[in-house]
Parts: sequence; C-alpha cells; structure tokens
Amino acid sequence: MMELRKDPFNVVIAGVGGQGNVLASLILGRYFVGRGGKVTIGETYGVSQRGGSVMSHLRVSRKKQFAPIIPKGDADLVIALEPVEALRVLDDFGNPDIDLIVNMRPVYPMAVLSGECVYPPLEDIKDAFRLYSRHFWTINATAIALELGKAILANIVMLGAVLETRVLDIQEAFFVETLKESLPKTSIEINLRAFHDGRKGLLSGK
Amino acid sequence: MNRLSEDNTGKTLLLMGNEAIARGVIESGASVCAGYPGNPSSDIIDALVKESSELGIHVEWFVNEKVALEVAASAAMVGLRGFAAMKQNGLNVASDFLLNLNLSGIRGGLVLAVCDDPSGISSTNEQDSRLFARMGELPLLEPSDFQEAKDMVKEAFDLSETLGLPVIVHSVTRLSHARGNVSLGSIRKSDKTPYFDRSKPFINVPAPARAHLRLKEKMVRCLEIIEKSPFNSYTGPERPELLIITAGAGRFYCEEAIHNLAAENRVGLLNVASTFPLPRDLILKRLALASTVLFVEEGGPFLEEGVKEIYADHVSDLGVLKLLGKSTGELPSTGELNPDLIIDLLSQQLGIQRKKRPGEYQQGLSRAASNLVPARDLAFCAGCPHRATYWAIKKALALDGRDGFVCGDIGCYGMGSGPAGWSQMDTMQAMGSGTGVASGMGLLDSFGLKQPVIAVCGDSTFYHAAIPALINARQHESSFLLLILDNSATAMTGFQPHPGLGKTATGKTAPAVGLEDLCRAIGCPVETVDPYDIGKTTQSILGNLESPGVKVLVLKQTCALVRAKQGLPPSKVKVDQKKCIGDSCGCSRFCTRVFKCPGLIWDAGTGTARIDEAMCTGCGVCVQICPERAIVSEEA
Repeated sequence: MMELRKDPFNVVIAGVGGQGNVLASLILGRYFVGRGGKVTIGETYGVSQRGGSVMSHLRVSRKKQFAPIIPKGDADLVIALEPVEALRVLDDFGNPDIDLIVNMRPVYPMAVLSGECVYPPLEDIKDAFRLYSRHFWTINATAIALELGKAILANIVMLGAVLETRVLDIQEAFFVETLKESLPKTSIEINLRAFHDGRKGLLSGK
Repeated sequence: MNRLSEDNTGKTLLLMGNEAIARGVIESGASVCAGYPGNPSSDIIDALVKESSELGIHVEWFVNEKVALEVAASAAMVGLRGFAAMKQNGLNVASDFLLNLNLSGIRGGLVLAVCDDPSGISSTNEQDSRLFARMGELPLLEPSDFQEAKDMVKEAFDLSETLGLPVIVHSVTRLSHARGNVSLGSIRKSDKTPYFDRSKPFINVPAPARAHLRLKEKMVRCLEIIEKSPFNSYTGPERPELLIITAGAGRFYCEEAIHNLAAENRVGLLNVASTFPLPRDLILKRLALASTVLFVEEGGPFLEEGVKEIYADHVSDLGVLKLLGKSTGELPSTGELNPDLIIDLLSQQLGIQRKKRPGEYQQGLSRAASNLVPARDLAFCAGCPHRATYWAIKKALALDGRDGFVCGDIGCYGMGSGPAGWSQMDTMQAMGSGTGVASGMGLLDSFGLKQPVIAVCGDSTFYHAAIPALINARQHESSFLLLILDNSATAMTGFQPHPGLGKTATGKTAPAVGLEDLCRAIGCPVETVDPYDIGKTTQSILGNLESPGVKVLVLKQTCALVRAKQGLPPSKVKVDQKKCIGDSCGCSRFCTRVFKCPGLIWDAGTGTARIDEAMCTGCGVCVQICPERAIVSEEA
C-alpha cells in the first residue's frame, strides 16, 4: 500500500481542452487503484470545446471514496499543462502547503489571439507560484513533446516530471506497467520515451 | 488495455459512473441496449457499443429516446432483459410511452438509466427527472457511488422482473462523469428464448383504471422490497444532533462535510436506495430518534418533500422536528451541489469552525490571479462549418433588412446564441423545436408579423424531432427557411452516427435515410450548398427569404473534428504580410477580432494577422472575408 502525505491526497490536473488532461488523470488514478487506493476523479465538464479551461480533480485515499470535487483551498498538488491555468486553479484550490508542477508553454486564449487581452509575462506567473506555494517545479513539457514529434505527448512528459519530484509515492516499475495498460499498443514506445524525457526535463523553481 | 466485458470477478477497476452502469448492464445479461446520445448519459451506450460483439448483445443508437425506450421495452415484452439510457430531456421525449408502459407492464426486465444535469452544464435546461417516477408510479433507484452505479443496475433488473415493471436508475453529472473504484461481479449470460405470449397482451384499454390498480398493487410489493434494500444505510450516533437524509450523489458531499469537520459523533447520515418509493418504515425509525433533519440531494426537493409527507402522516407520534433543506432555503434550490455548500452549512449548524486559508495568502493570491489570468471564451473549433454558417446568416439578414430572426435548438450550433455565432440564434428550447417554433412564426403574417423567419437544425436533430414540425409547416403553408446544418455527425456528444450516415454504432453498413429525400417527399423545395462558400450560402439564404412557403437549405460540410480524425491535408492558407495592412484597413480586424477563428492570430508585434499552422484546417472561409484579399489559399 502506498504512503500518502495527507489522506485524502488531493491533486488537480489542469490545462486547456485537447491537451490530454483526462488521460493523465486516468493513468495516475489507475496506478493508485492498482496500489490498493480508493480513487475518485472528477472532471470539469460541459461545453468543453477546444480552447476552454479544463481540470480534473484526483483524490486518493487509503480509507474511503471521496467526493468528485475537492473543497475550496484543499488541493495538495497541482499538475498544470499550461501556466495561467495553474494560477487559475491555485486561486480556487491553493493553500500555503501546496506543490506545483507546471508546463511553462502558454496556450493563448481567444481574447489574446485577437489582440484584446495580453498574456502575462512568464516571470510574473512564476513570481506568483513562488509566493503562493510550498514548492514549485517547472518543465518545458511541450518542447520536449515536440522533440518527440507530437505536442499531445506533453501530458505523459508531465507524468515523468511528477514521478521525479517525489511528491507522490510512485514506484516506477509498477507505474510503467499502468502506463502500458492504458495506451494502445502502437503508441506505448513513444509514450515511454515521453515519460523518461519528462523525468530528465524537470526544473526546480524554488 | 482494460475491457469492460472482462470476466474477472473481484478485480477492481477505475470506472466512470457511466461505465459502471454499463458494466452493471453487462453483468445483468441484458440482450438489447438502446439510447439516443445526450450528455451526461452518452458514455453508457458508447461503452456498451464497444463490448457488443464480444458479448453477442444488440446495442444501438436509435432515432430518438422514445423509440429507443420502445425498442428496449420490446425485448422485455418477450421475456428478455432490455436497457435504455438517456439524459433528462430524453426522458421528456420518452415519457408518453413510459407513462403507458407503467400500466401495461412487461414480462422480462426493463431498466431505464436517466442522467440528470444539475446546473445544465451541457443542457438547455435544468430539471429533476425523478418527478417522472412519481407521476408514473415507477421505482427509482439512486446510486450514491461508482460501485452502486454498477450494483444497483443489477438490483434494478431483479426488481423489474419481480414486479413486471420498468425500473429507473437515476444518475447525475457528478456521478456519471466522475470515476471511482468498482469491484467487478460475475457476468450473467441470458439463456431466455424470446416468445410473445398472445394470451397476455400489453393493452390498458378499455379500463385503464383497472390497469392502474394493478400498478398500485405492484408498488405495494415494491415498497416491501425497498424497505429491505441492502443499499439503504445509516452511519452515525443512535440519537444524532443532526440527522441528514440523502440519496444519490448528495451522499458524497455529506460524507465530505462530516469528515472535514470531524463531526462523525454528532451527525447521523441516512442514505436511501430509492427516492420513489421512499423506505417509509426506515425513515420513520430515524425521524423518531432525531430533532433536526437536513435533506441533501441533487435536483429539486424531491426526497425532502417525500419525507415531509411521511412526517405529516405521523406528526402526532413524532412531535415537532426542525426540517432544513432546499424548500426552507438552507440550501440553494437551483444549480448543482458542491462540498463547500454542505461543509459551510454543517459548520454553521454545529458551530464548528471550518479550516480556512490564511487571510493574507487568500487576498494576495486572488489579487495576483485577477491581474494575471485572462478569460478563456468558448469558441467554435478552427474550421467549424457552423462559424461560416452563422457568418452567412448574419450577412443575409443584414442584406435583407427586414429584421429577420433565427429559431434554433440544441447542438454545437447552439453556440450561435452567443458571441461565437454573433448572437444570431434567438430561440432555443427542445430538440427540433427551432423548426416547430419557426413553423408557427411563419403563420403569423396574417396578424402583421412581417419579419422573415429562419430555423436552424442539426442533422441528427432533424431526424430526432424536426420531421413532424416540417410536415406540419408544409401542410399549413407556413413561410420560413429551414437551414439543416449537416456536418455528418452528432458532434456535441461524441460523434455518434445518425440515420443519414449509412452505418450503425457498431460499424455495420445500413441503409442511409437521406434528409434531402425526406424533405422533398414532404414537398419542400430543397437546395444544398457548402457553407464554406460564404458568398453562395449568403445568396441562397437571401433568395429563399424573399419567396413564400417553407423551403429547406442543407448546409453540407463535415465537422472539422471529424475531418481531423480522418487525417487532414496540411493547411494551404496563409496571410500575405505585404497585403495585410492591419488596423489601417478599416475592417475592424474582420479576421481576428470579428470572425475569430482560432486558426487566425493577431500579431501585435507586426500589427498584422497570421495563420496558426497548428490550428488552421485550411477551410478557406477567411480568404473570402478579408477586404484587402490578404489571406490567400495556395491552391487558388
């Protein structure tokens, strides 16, 4: 059985529609079910067309099945596929003991593309991470994924980064098995490379 | 990869609530499964479709929910087990049949899964479908977690066969679309040979009241079973300070709140398996030991009113109880529940302080977030044919100049009611109701309504509910233009097939029922254009607005996401940076600020537009709208 810093341990996986947020939460969730945990995953849901903010709430417990929504201010870890989405989630679910792992590649909202709004400087976003988290790590997951040929692999790159931070009690060999079980046979090899490159690409923020 | 039809009793999987319901159907040995897509219910049939050939069961998407329920019931009329799944609006469509079937009964097993969408996150309305159980006097079970979502389907099939009645399993978005642990049970294979026994027909006339009496008798038996259901549970002290009565997904939030406030020794939690009929004796037993009672449930105060009715019948024995819930204002009577609502209410009722974030942290963070985080508006996908369609409608109505308006309904094209479609859609109610409402508007010229009327309708929606309205319009010589937005998919719910596509959910080829043929058979003039051709589409709309009668214009172009799945050719569109003169063009930045396709980017550095090669699908619509002709298609 796995160790948990807190029970339930609450993870928010945030990003933009189409970034593979659901698959990342599903793989993590399956891993913890395999380790004997009680896992609940809730998703933002609705008219989640491409371009909208999306998030999954992943809750792991050794004892019981928790609700699919994390109470406000009660997340322990945020895994963000996009920088401003990390900050958006932090505003609702953050607390001084939270850990953040963030892909620093922006996905620009419509209003930014049309020139009506500006996207904040990445340094300003990092300053906020520094002030309002316990630890934070960054990674250029999209760049790593593009080197492997597909931007969508960033979600699996992020899972490699999560393992590397040691915030969660994850046994590599068992996790790799879960990863393989959750993917079509033809894409296992490239995803495993994304996972390993994610471990190497993790950058400490503070 | 995990398979839902895996015969591995005791194995624990992480399943979506909808997948758990599907697994329950598989474990129950249902022979026929039917539905019409609608979120949050779509994944149930989607999941069963994938397993159908392995299990040898018949799973299909049908033309609408009423027909789907009729198909599922047919199996139960010949002794098999049938299953149907739909969202709340779907039950409205199927209700006429259901409220006859309750009296005529069935001989096999029939379970109907209905998924409500509190807050209407992916719906045009918010409704509590459980009221149909009360109206039809049919049993309604409410799973309160993922394991129960599976197990209660099995319970529902057994109950259905025992009583000879359809049984409803009720879910909500936060159960259907969330995931949790589910331990698998064994798979039952149907060994029944279907046979229609003509000596026992399913007919309520000439004495429906007699059939109604039979239903009442069945429900007496049902109550006895519900009282003993293993899914009723009570946790907490024998005489709690506060008794919470809950059902369904409400239990999640009650347990969360009790845990959060460490109030296990002060609060009692009664979870009931069924909210119609309610386990009366069990509730009376708990009320007798309580002084304050709180009701927690998604939807309206259905459980709450049911318990109050029981309480009213026994008030002389029970004395005065303080009752808290949605009808008394302690909980909001609209919108979905969340854990914070229940934690805060319990905190207030019990006088336990909830742990809060430090004030300084909270204020600083909120300030940083509001300064830095830009909004992300919803938009049609890059290359979506609906964007081009609404552009053409907007242009045609402006050129027509008589203040024409658009009656519509639900689908991706419903976003035409907002900024994504320049607020071109003016009415939106039920499936197909755009056509029905327009057919009525088109008759009002005798009263002096001179504005031209357009109806928009998706292809799947057309088959579902617009055909009777079109027949009605033709017979009564109504004047309006029906635009059928044919993107060859039920796109919003996950690309399920419809009758026009020539294939079924399981991939079998099937006779295609062409929508143009149908419209011509009704007697409507039909024209088909490609909405990507903005000029031609605008002219066709404009021309049709000028002549009387009901006309059909089919705007045919495949959904951009479907084309992406099929493998797109690389983008051939680019912005000629020499020709683009940016803001000095005087076009109000048609391309990026007005047309707003995610495939176009405004480059603040150069003050010009450019194409995002990663997003652009090469549809070429923006080529036609740039006044400087700076956007060019390389093919042209």
